[in-house]
Amino acid sequence: MADTVSFSDETMKKYEWLLTRYPTRRAALLPTLRLAEAQFGALGIPEMRYVADLMEIPPAAVFGVVTFYTHYRRAGVGKFHMQVCSTLSCALRGSEDVVSRISERLGIEPGETTECGVFSLAKVECLGSCDTAPMLQCNDDYHEDLTLEDVDHLIEQLRAEAAGEGN
Amino acid sequence: MAFRKIFTQHVDEADCHTLKFYKKQDGYKYAKQALARTVAADDLIDQVKAANLRGRGGAGFPTGVKWGFVPKDSDKPKYLVVNADESEPGTFKDRVIMEKNPHLLLEGILICCKAVGIETAYIYIRGEFVFATNRLQEAIDEAYEAGILGDDCLGSGLKIDVTVHRGAGAYICGEETGMLTSLEGDRGQPKLKPPFPAIEGVFGCPTVVNNVETLANLPYILEIGADAYREIGPEKSPGPKLFCVSGHVEKPGTFELPMGVPLRTLIDEHAGGIWKGRKLKAVIPGGSSAHVLTADECDVAMDIESLAEAGTMLGSAGVIVIDDSTCMVDALVNVMRFYHHESCGQCTPCREGTGWLEKIVHRIYHGEGRIEDLDLIQEVCDRMVGKTICALADAAAFPAESFVTKFRSDFEFAIQNGGSPAWKKRHSSTVGGTASHVG
Repeated sequence: MADTVSFSDETMKKYEWLLTRYPTRRAALLPTLRLAEAQFGALGIPEMRYVADLMEIPPAAVFGVVTFYTHYRRAGVGKFHMQVCSTLSCALRGSEDVVSRISERLGIEPGETTECGVFSLAKVECLGSCDTAPMLQCNDDYHEDLTLEDVDHLIEQLRAEAAGEGN
Repeated sequence: MAFRKIFTQHVDEADCHTLKFYKKQDGYKYAKQALARTVAADDLIDQVKAANLRGRGGAGFPTGVKWGFVPKDSDKPKYLVVNADESEPGTFKDRVIMEKNPHLLLEGILICCKAVGIETAYIYIRGEFVFATNRLQEAIDEAYEAGILGDDCLGSGLKIDVTVHRGAGAYICGEETGMLTSLEGDRGQPKLKPPFPAIEGVFGCPTVVNNVETLANLPYILEIGADAYREIGPEKSPGPKLFCVSGHVEKPGTFELPMGVPLRTLIDEHAGGIWKGRKLKAVIPGGSSAHVLTADECDVAMDIESLAEAGTMLGSAGVIVIDDSTCMVDALVNVMRFYHHESCGQCTPCREGTGWLEKIVHRIYHGEGRIEDLDLIQEVCDRMVGKTICALADAAAFPAESFVTKFRSDFEFAIQNGGSPAWKKRHSSTVGGTASHVG
């Protein structure tokens, strides 16, 4: 599939706008990797190589950046990526119980994706929402002040959403 | 003068984040005055120095002094990088400004840019804050459309551009030189200082790095004047302040109060006291890298000097409250995992030291600790503090040494009784399970 890796016209337009915001092309690398991830779903070797060629940056440097930051995903995740904050303030208010509940309901451990590809679970470090602990981030959205009932409800809701889209 | 909130006074009102709302509160009035040709840049720097505004990100450096370090005769472009990384565990204050009052930040940015002669500002925001990023971007779009940002800001003839730049999940990018390296498109590894960013910062050019809350103070300083500002809270670190309270309290949240509010007032009156009718055991007053305070040490004012005298720090004002049902081994194993995970790996004392600390505390936690480990923790800390490029090693060592010193009996109990009570409880209910961290 490597030969099909390239930005769509729409992504390319966003990339070109990014270049206007920085004095160097290299400074646009982090946001460009976000664009690449949004279009390609994950940043494997062909995708990293494409960005490297496009931006004229050594592939090893792109690899170095992708692996340094926790957000960039080298393998795909489920449609709903549930990231439970596990740092101190959340842990003091029961984040481990939230992780166990999701694990139990979905039959996966942190770091895994359900076979149907709908859910992934991860334990992550501080998400900057300590006053609404315990909390999790599902894709871009924060779900805060969670009770175990909230967790069950969220999973049901997401399941229904996935089923509704006929997947 | 009665205390007036300046960051959060309108957060419960509909559309408080919009330009229309902000304009109704006299928004951008002080930026417009500051940007006028008749106002000299140096006068603005002098006013901020006179107000004794100190950085709200953690280090507490005087903002006006920092601006004064930027060379005036440089032919290179100058940059402002706004630190919106908010990565210190226990900290969530800048988020409120960005989500609910983004134009206040933009007004502060304009005043700073005029004072230092900057045309380009970046807001480096932590990658997880998607909602806040979108809110900021909407505010910036509104400001460009209204002629507040762009080639002729507020009719002053000055050109100022603002770009939101998202981080990608790395605690270390809250450290200023790590942030600048990240903004340049690289791994966010800190650099040795000097050169300081004011002389050689992002893209090799003079750079001011200021925290969101710091900049959001600027319109108010111009409004009431430096003398009145200095009267809010203690003179050595004055002003309104956002305090974050999380952990075992009834009402966690962000509270805007004068600098110097007593810690007990903050916890008992504003955050509703210790939850579930329990008693206070410990408080981390300034983000998880601060030295912990015991309950007996909590009669302290929340300002830079008072907390330094108490042997800890105001830091990012992230107050984490711990109740008396908590085993401090559980809490420390969590904190040590965090710093080990977030060490950038550049300096050996930090890369290896954070790993050692996590391993040692973890073995105490799961019942394989030895009494000599408590001295070993101190020894490892001694070989980390002050021996690395940035302060992450210190940030890991401070909680480690203070937890063990001040709550030694919790550690001794875990060593002598086959692990921490929480670990034993979890372990006994998990057949064949591995030890998990604090629950």
